[in-house]
Amino acid sequence: MLSPLHKQLLNNYQQDFPLTATPYLTIAEQLGVSEAEVLSAFQNLSQQNYISRIGPVIAPNSIGASALVAMAIPEADLQRVADLISAYPNVNHNYERENRFNLWFVLMADDAAQLETLISEIEQQTGYSAMLLPMLADYYINLGFELNLND
Amino acid sequence: MDAIDRQIIQATQAGLPLVAEPYQAVAEQLGISTEQVMQRMIAMQNSGVIRRIGAVPNHYKIGYRYNGMTVWDVDDALIDELGAQVAALPFVSHCYHRPRHLPDWRYNLFAMVHGKSEDAAEQQVAIIAELLGAHARDHQVLYSSKILKKTGLRIAG
Repeated sequence: MLSPLHKQLLNNYQQDFPLTATPYLTIAEQLGVSEAEVLSAFQNLSQQNYISRIGPVIAPNSIGASALVAMAIPEADLQRVADLISAYPNVNHNYERENRFNLWFVLMADDAAQLETLISEIEQQTGYSAMLLPMLADYYINLGFELNLND
Repeated sequence: MDAIDRQIIQATQAGLPLVAEPYQAVAEQLGISTEQVMQRMIAMQNSGVIRRIGAVPNHYKIGYRYNGMTVWDVDDALIDELGAQVAALPFVSHCYHRPRHLPDWRYNLFAMVHGKSEDAAEQQVAIIAELLGAHARDHQVLYSSKILKKTGLRIAG
């Protein structure tokens, strides 16, 4: 069960985590609780996997090159190909989705040339072609995703 | 961005250590001052490299099990205007313009929705469909049936 403090921390600190020497104390002062309570509540949220991390969110493509990649893999071969792709340290957000294009992942590289090399390597290793969907524009608005924590 | 900025991102992108003085811990790891770490992170926020600093919620654990990638075929000439409108919806977490691959893939606008039930997600899709109206020539919703791997954005070491 999430306490009111847990919910406040989850909802209010998706952005504006303080850039102060003692950020948990800063939050504690904002909320009128103790630093130890804030720190332990965040440790709790982290251990229970309600938050994946506390840290900076980096704008896509500000460092290196990346692309969303989609592949259409026959069901019988999906696990083999998915495992092969997940094993790449350059791959994150690998999802199976309900579509003819059933494997979707984000591929990260140092630059465009390395991205192409990785794609060719993946196509060669898996035996299937990959559809490259790099981001052309990011309609980003700086608002936290609104969480409903009440049900 | 210089080599030290890059090191700071590498040291923090998987998360700040959950200790009372996290920036000091990072500074010690990199052999620079705490003040330098904080100043550089502020500068990177101002330049847009760092979008925000915060607790990144795990939507799935919070109960948002229906993660739908909605994809839309809209006129390229209108996409920036339409994309901005879709991105402004409170339940859309990401919204991007991506290239088409004809004839296999006609969709150029991507928007992620998250629902606690399939119904909730479908309602969100309906709101996007209404907003786009006749500008959306076709669309699909691709739900994730399985999370095979999920890590934050990482840069090579």
